Amino acid sequence: MTGWALWAVAVVVVTALPAVLSAFQIVQLTVFMIYSLLALSLDLIWGFGGILSFGQAAFFGVGGYCYGIVGINSGSTALALTAGVAGAAGLAALLGYFTFYGRVGSMYFAVITLTVTLILHQVMGTTADPRYAVGQARLGGYNGMTDIPSLALEVPGRAPLTLDPVPLFYVVGGLLLLVLALTRVLVQSSFGRVLAAIREDELRTELLGYDPRWRKLVTFAISGGIAGLAGGLFAGWGNFMNPQVFSMFQSALVVIWVMVGGRGTLYGAVVGTLVVQFLTNYLGTASVTYTTVALGAVLVVIVLLFPRGLLPAIEGAVRRAAGRPAPAPEFAR
Amino acid sequence: MNDVVLQARGLVKEFGGLRAVDSLDFTLRRGELRCVIGPNGAGKSTLFKLLTGQLKPTAGTIHFKGVDVTRLQPHEIARAGIGIKFQVPRVYDGLSVAENLWLSARFRHGVAGAGAIVDRVLAEIGLVERRASLAGHLSHGDRQWVEIGMVLTSDPDLVLLDEPTAGMTHAEARRTADLVREINRRATLIVVEHDMDFVRNIAGYVTVLHRGAVLAEGTMEEIRANDVVRDIYLGKRPRARS
Repeated sequence: MTGWALWAVAVVVVTALPAVLSAFQIVQLTVFMIYSLLALSLDLIWGFGGILSFGQAAFFGVGGYCYGIVGINSGSTALALTAGVAGAAGLAALLGYFTFYGRVGSMYFAVITLTVTLILHQVMGTTADPRYAVGQARLGGYNGMTDIPSLALEVPGRAPLTLDPVPLFYVVGGLLLLVLALTRVLVQSSFGRVLAAIREDELRTELLGYDPRWRKLVTFAISGGIAGLAGGLFAGWGNFMNPQVFSMFQSALVVIWVMVGGRGTLYGAVVGTLVVQFLTNYLGTASVTYTTVALGAVLVVIVLLFPRGLLPAIEGAVRRAAGRPAPAPEFAR
Repeated sequence: MNDVVLQARGLVKEFGGLRAVDSLDFTLRRGELRCVIGPNGAGKSTLFKLLTGQLKPTAGTIHFKGVDVTRLQPHEIARAGIGIKFQVPRVYDGLSVAENLWLSARFRHGVAGAGAIVDRVLAEIGLVERRASLAGHLSHGDRQWVEIGMVLTSDPDLVLLDEPTAGMTHAEARRTADLVREINRRATLIVVEHDMDFVRNIAGYVTVLHRGAVLAEGTMEEIRANDVVRDIYLGKRPRARS
């Protein structure tokens, strides 16, 4: 019951925020929610599948570039966003097929996904020459792809209506809540319960008759699709995409968001992203000399104090205050 | 020969230069209760891994219910109806007892039927009150029961039990012997066991493995009368164990 109440509160808060915040803050919060989607995609595969992927930044970037290419060429941003999701999910499925069916160990999987990301960084960086273009869309090398169309409301028979910051905020917020709800349903479904079993003990699960390769592949493809959605929204938000999204920094940042928030909680991914990004912004504007050093120190302290992440720590504190024992986790926790 | 449920022919498994299983022939009839004994390193564990697809044989074939399962994936072999209980209880420590059983029941009985099976088996293994406990919080003996419960809910045609009484008290071992006979009414069984009292108690047909091959087969009395077996196994390790 408290779960439903929290969902209602979340919907009310998202609805009310534009009335309280400045336009600049709304634009900023929009991109934080896009990042939250990216963190959510990692928590699905890492927190519930038990597979650490450093490749979420790659799917984010591929989603963004696909959005740009299709958006510039077709003019339809709905089509572009679909292409972003499909492109990223397709890449994840391809990568997952070779690694899971090849029975690659989890450490190697993390390394392979990071390598793919860095290769994309290099490859996209060498596309500065105008001949590297898909139709009208120039890839642009390290300067990036520009003039990507903003997300627009498309009603058949009318001219597309470009979304202003506040409607865009609602669209992104709505998508975030929707994806959060859907992933929640997924991990509590029969599929999700078997997935948790695979994470706990893959061999045992296999000897009960479940094919872990296929289940991991499906989960990874969904995770890639969510990261691609985030990438597409990001491209539509900033009208710009460059190879920095494939950088080592960006890849590590996604892992940090989830670690800070609390792995295997889904909500924690959102909490972690918002905390880390607001902290980064605050340190950047509060004229702290060594922003990255200060940020790093804060993150180390958080991870040391709350090794399971902020959300499980808060949850535990609330439960202790209410004098209720922790329930036995029926599902993945 | 229609009632042959499992047949291994000329089974070989090499690790580097070592032959863990060496030209092993093994036939099992439907409904049989077979005990496999042998000194450490005789190839018992390797045989189980070959039968469940965790290892692929270097040579030889395995037929289960008339189908060649030699090259199948572990989950395909499990689906064909072979279930295993590991020596060290291998349960999901991070999940509840009921969830453990649900996972093993779901495959055979579907999402709809699994709930009822779980309730029934919880009663059979005497863990109804602990259903919501994490399996990792149970005693060693109870975790053995959870895994036996998982074998029961998954309802396989052939059950492989790897030292089911390891770490159990005498009373628990007796209860396990009863349960083994109970399982045997529904399924064919292969039991690897060191405890000779237990083997005599469940009164199965015995296969003695030695250096990866079958040394002797027969009833417990025949095996005990066999001089070669006594020399390599029983003679050095008198009944003191247990």
